[in-house]
Amino acid sequence: MSRDVRSLQQESPLVFELSRPGRSGYQVPPTSDTLPEFEVPANLKRHTAPRLPEVAENTAVRHYVNLSTRNHHVDKDFYPLGSCTMKYNPKINDELAGLRGFSLISPWQPAADIQGALQLLRDLSDALLEVTGMDDITLQPAAGAQGEFTALLMFRAYHLKQGNARKRIVIPDSAHGTNPASIVLAGYGVTQLPSDSKGLMDIDALKRTLDEDVAGLMITNPNTIGLFESNIAKIIDLVHEAGGLVYMDGANLNALMGIARPGDMGFDACHMNLHKTFSTPHGGGGPGSGPVAVSGKLAKYLPVPVITRKNGLLDWEFDRPDSIGSVHTFYGNFGMHVRALAYIKSMGGDGLAAISENAIINANYIRSKLSSAYQIFLHRPCMHEAVFSGNLQKAKGVRTTDIAKRLLDYGIHPPTVYFPLLVPECLMIEPTESETRETLDEFVDVMLKIDREASENPEMLKHAPYTTPVRRLDEAGAARNLNIRYFNDADA
Amino acid sequence: MQTPCFMGAGCYDHYIPAAVNAVAARSEFVTAYTPYQPEVAQGTLQVIYEFQSMVCELFAMPVSNASLYDGGSALAEAISLAHAHTKRRRIIWSDAVNPAYRRVAQTVNVAQDIAFDCVQTTGGKQAHDAFSMLLGEDVAAIVLQYPNFFGVIDDLNSVVERAHSVGALVIVITDPMAMGVLRAPGKLGADVVVAEGQPLGNYMSYGGPYLGLFCCTNELVRLMPGRVVGVTKDVDGRRGYVLTLQTREQHIRRDKATSNICTNQGLMATRATFYMSLIGPTGLREIGEACGRRAAYMMQKLAGIPGFVLPHKGPHFREFLVRVPGTAEEFFAYMAERNVLAGVPLSRIGANDDRGLLVALTETRTLEEMNRYLELAHEYVTGGHS
Repeated sequence: MSRDVRSLQQESPLVFELSRPGRSGYQVPPTSDTLPEFEVPANLKRHTAPRLPEVAENTAVRHYVNLSTRNHHVDKDFYPLGSCTMKYNPKINDELAGLRGFSLISPWQPAADIQGALQLLRDLSDALLEVTGMDDITLQPAAGAQGEFTALLMFRAYHLKQGNARKRIVIPDSAHGTNPASIVLAGYGVTQLPSDSKGLMDIDALKRTLDEDVAGLMITNPNTIGLFESNIAKIIDLVHEAGGLVYMDGANLNALMGIARPGDMGFDACHMNLHKTFSTPHGGGGPGSGPVAVSGKLAKYLPVPVITRKNGLLDWEFDRPDSIGSVHTFYGNFGMHVRALAYIKSMGGDGLAAISENAIINANYIRSKLSSAYQIFLHRPCMHEAVFSGNLQKAKGVRTTDIAKRLLDYGIHPPTVYFPLLVPECLMIEPTESETRETLDEFVDVMLKIDREASENPEMLKHAPYTTPVRRLDEAGAARNLNIRYFNDADA
Repeated sequence: MQTPCFMGAGCYDHYIPAAVNAVAARSEFVTAYTPYQPEVAQGTLQVIYEFQSMVCELFAMPVSNASLYDGGSALAEAISLAHAHTKRRRIIWSDAVNPAYRRVAQTVNVAQDIAFDCVQTTGGKQAHDAFSMLLGEDVAAIVLQYPNFFGVIDDLNSVVERAHSVGALVIVITDPMAMGVLRAPGKLGADVVVAEGQPLGNYMSYGGPYLGLFCCTNELVRLMPGRVVGVTKDVDGRRGYVLTLQTREQHIRRDKATSNICTNQGLMATRATFYMSLIGPTGLREIGEACGRRAAYMMQKLAGIPGFVLPHKGPHFREFLVRVPGTAEEFFAYMAERNVLAGVPLSRIGANDDRGLLVALTETRTLEEMNRYLELAHEYVTGGHS
């Protein structure tokens, strides 16, 4: 086989294409002849082997290392993806999670064997309760979406206990897409309210919709436009007066630590994304971790098991008659819990407060620096993310998606685009606290350059990116001619 | 591990090659996010495509997603899918289905109009007769575990046929490590196949992070939860990968989405993909045989020790139930004092069976470790501890 001059844009082979019969990257130690054979009836025996790749360890390592270089990631460059909090993930977190006393323990080991693991979960719980100001917590949900769903199941259990599950959950139009999906899964209807002219919840619209059918309100604070809901106390009072409960989507908690606490605002439940605020890595889309903290009135509905102290030992308690049940097979994404506590302990309370302050300062810095060329959605200081509309560039014939794709050529991951839905041609920029001023300046410089390119050569932007491993991909074609596995034959 | 682990019940101590850790520790995989910008996420996207391809091969199914949270969440989603597809409201399963999965599936679906009927198995088998009595036109799906929670390899043919004859879907919970030696659930007529993917190169890590494997038939693909990666071309005609079938997903469909899950267990799926590439078809078969032979050996020998009873006959994969003299917790404590984690007492899983102990054997258990276990079990009886 001949080799061409190498370029990053060379097509990458699939591991199956590297496979040669008889090769392997693994050797199973021989089993002693004294053991009986493994016998299964012929009709339950596998006759055709799964076509897994047959490659040597070296081939496999090279293949995946080469693939890895085709990713943008936080350790490579700036990643200002709004609402995703792509902060630096300190390496100490991974080192501690890899300790054998954490990574090799079975979830079935008796409490006396694993007091260290349980103490870690207790300490993390206490730290998160301190940050949120809530009364009790579950670490079980494996992601933010599962966290919010868990909270809604607790709302449902609470209302059922009062004799009526109620029918609807209210959300603002700036809500994350998982909110309505979780609401339906929890058995409720969705009532979506428009934001007011300041991008905040419309109090009058809320008043009009609140009645005894409303089980609760889900609200992101700061919201997805990067604004603190300044009427939050009033909003929560109104919902409580109507007998409803209020949930805070904690996706944006990185703006609040040491500044304000959902518990003090009067929320009944809030989730946190450990993979955002508490620096556990995103892993290309998971594992996440979405603990849910609750006020006292919801504590008895928390998923089982919960940690208690029995005869001086920490242990799991399953016998909780009002519990909603379990949302995870075991206790949640423990490896992420280790990392989050490592982060909290390394930062300390003052450090966490400084994180939120710096996240806000960085976002406002970008907001101010870019306002000469990009349309600010709302003229007021933002929290941890700055939201722009690409309307000015659209007038030059360039869409927000073109700006995003052009950023890739400069080696920067684009912001979140076209969300929240109420901002036309939206660019939602969350720099996080962990970037230097030089990085922010470079980003601003690139964004201003792209704006100039939009004026001078809009056509060029419409075909960006040019330098990435692949260029714009035919997404519609992928859905039309579905190819989602390599061996696309009847045999599988 | 200095303390040999005979504990299983849903998570297993298989060997993890060092190369898995080396590759999975790369920042490029660890610190990337969901592939929203496919041009700079081809590494993650291609790995998921390879993952889907390998999982389809394991189970002999045409469609796999990019993974779900864990085995329990995969079962919960399979049940919502069956409910949505059939518009029927009953689910039938048995006590041979992992109780933790059942708890998660019931919790997640509590607000749906679904009723769960649990069949009591006899002799550890998910028998045709018990299911047949409950099967009717209102059944959305039956849930079978294969090998089942007690390690028994059931012949599911007749119960699958019977379920299909009343229009119910068949959800099979299986074990990826058994797929080198056991007939694939796709060949048994499964409509949905789910599994805990932890044994594929992921640490036990006190219960998480793991990954749920999820496969279904082509007919059900539009209702499938979770992410899916497909092949496409870029503007220059180069092969590339994108998230596809996104019209099922919450960020587009919002309240009409098939599920609220908007991620996968990316890094765990990456580990699984890399693990499967290393072991290949031969490794998978050899590991399967090694597990099965160890289980058969331990069953044979334990049955010969007075007071130890093996209630389930027939072929087992990697795990079996034994009733020990005295309570399983007492036996576990005796063994633990002697540095052996002897198994998982059923009472710890909430089952009403004080004597039952689930014993698991992976390829990492040596003959010396097994013989030490047997010696200690013998001593336990003869030393009058029971």
